[in-house]
Amino acid sequence: MKERVDVLIVGAGASGAAMAWSLAETRMRIVCLEQGDWPDPARYPSTGRDWEARALGEFGFNPNRRGNAADYPINEDNSPIKIANFNGVGGGTVLYAGHFPRFHPSDFRVKTLDGVGEDWPIDYATLEPFYAENDRMMGISGLSGDPAYPPKPERMPPLPLGISGAKLAQAFNALGWHWWPSDSAVATEDYDGRARCINLGHCLHGCAQGAKASTDITYWPHAIRAGVELRTRCRVREITVDERGMAAGAIYYDGDGVEQFQPAEVVIFACNGIGTPRILLNSTSARFPNGLANTSGMVGKNLMFHPYAAINGVFDEPLDGYRGPSNCIWSQEFYETDAARDFTRGYTFEISRGRGPVVTALGGMGSGRIPWGPDHHRAYRQLFNRITGMVAICEDLPEEHNTVTLDPHLKDAHGIPAPRIDYTLSANSRAMLDHAIARGSEVLSAAGAHTIMTEAPLTIGGWHLMGTARMGADPERSVVNEWGRSHDVKNLFIIDGSIFVTSAGVNPTSTIQALALYVADNIKQRLANLFD
Amino acid sequence: MTSSPLIASDHPLSNQQRAALRRLAGLMIPASAEYGVPGADDDTVFADILRTVAPQSQLVSRALDELDALANGAFAESDPASQSAASESFRTSGSPLVGPLVALVTQCYYRDDRVMQSLEMEPRPPFPLGFELDNGDWSLLDPVRARGKLYRDAP
Repeated sequence: MKERVDVLIVGAGASGAAMAWSLAETRMRIVCLEQGDWPDPARYPSTGRDWEARALGEFGFNPNRRGNAADYPINEDNSPIKIANFNGVGGGTVLYAGHFPRFHPSDFRVKTLDGVGEDWPIDYATLEPFYAENDRMMGISGLSGDPAYPPKPERMPPLPLGISGAKLAQAFNALGWHWWPSDSAVATEDYDGRARCINLGHCLHGCAQGAKASTDITYWPHAIRAGVELRTRCRVREITVDERGMAAGAIYYDGDGVEQFQPAEVVIFACNGIGTPRILLNSTSARFPNGLANTSGMVGKNLMFHPYAAINGVFDEPLDGYRGPSNCIWSQEFYETDAARDFTRGYTFEISRGRGPVVTALGGMGSGRIPWGPDHHRAYRQLFNRITGMVAICEDLPEEHNTVTLDPHLKDAHGIPAPRIDYTLSANSRAMLDHAIARGSEVLSAAGAHTIMTEAPLTIGGWHLMGTARMGADPERSVVNEWGRSHDVKNLFIIDGSIFVTSAGVNPTSTIQALALYVADNIKQRLANLFD
Repeated sequence: MTSSPLIASDHPLSNQQRAALRRLAGLMIPASAEYGVPGADDDTVFADILRTVAPQSQLVSRALDELDALANGAFAESDPASQSAASESFRTSGSPLVGPLVALVTQCYYRDDRVMQSLEMEPRPPFPLGFELDNGDWSLLDPVRARGKLYRDAP
C-alpha cells in the first residue's frame, strides 16, 4: 500500500491540473493519477510531412479509432454523436481548438428565464473571479468589449482575421449580425514560457509551437514545482469506501499493470463526463450498490454534448486554406432565447478557416465533388484553398434518458468495464441545428460563396462531455452540492464537466476550469470543517 | 518524400495485390500534363503508399478482393477497359472499404513534393516555420460596437 496522501486527484486534464495548482499552496500532500502519459510535442502532427495523416490517426479525436495504449474503449453505437477525447497529461486540452468563451449570465438561470432544464446553484458572478484567474493561468487572446458579454479583463491581442475571417466579418456586418474575435487559449504573444502562435493550423491535434494552452504546459509545470506529484500511466479502477462511508482511496493499475492502492483523505474526480461516471459506477460496495455517490441515481444520467452543425462555403477566390489557427471570430447573434423561434436557448457560430490538401481531397471525393479520373485535378483545384465556413455549437438540454452506463461486455486492457453511451438528439436540438444551417448559409452567401455544404449533427463532434454527475442543492436530483462535494460521500469531490447542470451554447473548458478553481477555493476556505 | 524499394518480400500485400493497388491508384488520380503533376501510381508516390499501408493492410486486402470480384477475375490482369469499369463499380458500390482506400491514396499523393508545389505550397511540414496571415482591420467591428449590449441579465 502506498503512503496515505491528503488529496488524490484522478485525471490530469483541464480541471485536474487547475485543482492541483490551486491546492498546492496549502502544502498538503497531493498526488494525481493519470491513465495516459505526457504528450511529446515533437511528435505532434505538424512537425512532419505526414501531418494530415497523423492528425487522422494517432492524434485523431475518437478513442475507439485512435486506440492508443492510454485509451479505453467506449460503446457509442447508440449515439449519433461519437466521443472525442484525449487520455494523457493535459487531457482534452491537448486536442481542443482552444476556444475559450465563458458562459453567459443567463446560462446559469435557464429554468427561471426560459422554463427549461434546471438552474445552477451558483451564478455568473460567483464564477467571475475564477474565470479571470483561469484566464491569467491559461493565457488568453481576444479583444475586450464584446457586447455579447459582461466586461472581461484585457487579453493578449486577438488572433489574425486572415482572408477568411475578414470575408465573413464583412458578411456578418452586411446582415447586421453580431461577430467578435474569439476568446482563444492560443497565445499571440510569448506568455509564461510559451511561444506565440505562428499559424501552424494544427491546434486540434497538438500545438508543436506551444502557443495553445494545454494544461501540460500551463498549470502542470507550476503545480509540480509547488510539490504536487503526478503519476502517469496509472489507470484507476475504483474508489473504495471505509466503514464510515467515506472514500478511502483508489485501486489503480500502474504502468507495469500492477494493481496498487493509494489511500487518501480527500478524493477528487477530474476524468470528464464519461470517465467520471464510469469509475463511480464501477465503484460498488455494500453501502453504495448502485455506484459511489449515486444515492440520487443521477450518476451517468443527463449526458449532454453540444450538437454541432458544420456549414462551409466554396468561393471562387483563394482563401487561407490550411494556414492559421482554428480559432478566428465567433457570432452570438442567436445565443439568447427568442420566443419567435421554434426552439429554446441558442448557439454560437465559430468561424473555422479552411482545410489542408488531404482533407480537401477526402471531403471532395467523399461527397462526389471531386471525381476519380482525369477530371480529378480540375475539380480538386476548385475546392483547394477555396473553402471556409463555420460550426454552430448548440446548447444541449439535460434529459435523463441520455446516459453513460457500464457496458456488460466491453472491457479495457485492464479488464475494467467500459462505458456505454445512449444518446438521442432532441427535437429542440434538431430545430436549433436547422436554424443554424439556414442562418450560416445566409452568412456564406452574403460573403460570396457559390456552393454551400452542411452536416448536422457533426458525427465526430462529441468533444464536450457534460452533465453526468450534476451539481445541485437537492441531494435527490443531483450528485454534488453547490461547491462540488458529493452529497453522499463527504470527502469526495467532482470538478470536471460532469457537474454541469446545463451546457450553454459555448465550449466548456473555460467554465470547467473556473469551476475547478472555485471548488478548490471552497476546499481551502473550509479546511477546518471540510467534512461537516 | 524519400523513396524506398517498391518490392519487399515481407510486405503485407502480395505482388498481385500491389499491382492492383497501383493500377487503382492511377485510375483514381492519374497524371496530368496540364497541371504538371504525377499520378498516384507514380514510382515515388506509390512507394510512399506501400510504406504507409502496413497498419491497414487487412482492410486494403479486403478492398482489393472486392475489386477482383467486380472485375470477374484478377483486377491487375484485366484489360484497361475492364479495370476502369471495375474501379467505377467499386467507387459507387457503397462499400465501407472505399473510404479507407481513398484515404490511403490521397494522404500519400497530396504530400508529394511535386504535387504540393503544383498547389503553390512549400513542400515542408507546418512546424517550425509556420505561416503568415493578415491581422485584419478591426475597424470592421465598429457597427458591432454600435449595437450595444446583447446579453441578458439573470436574477
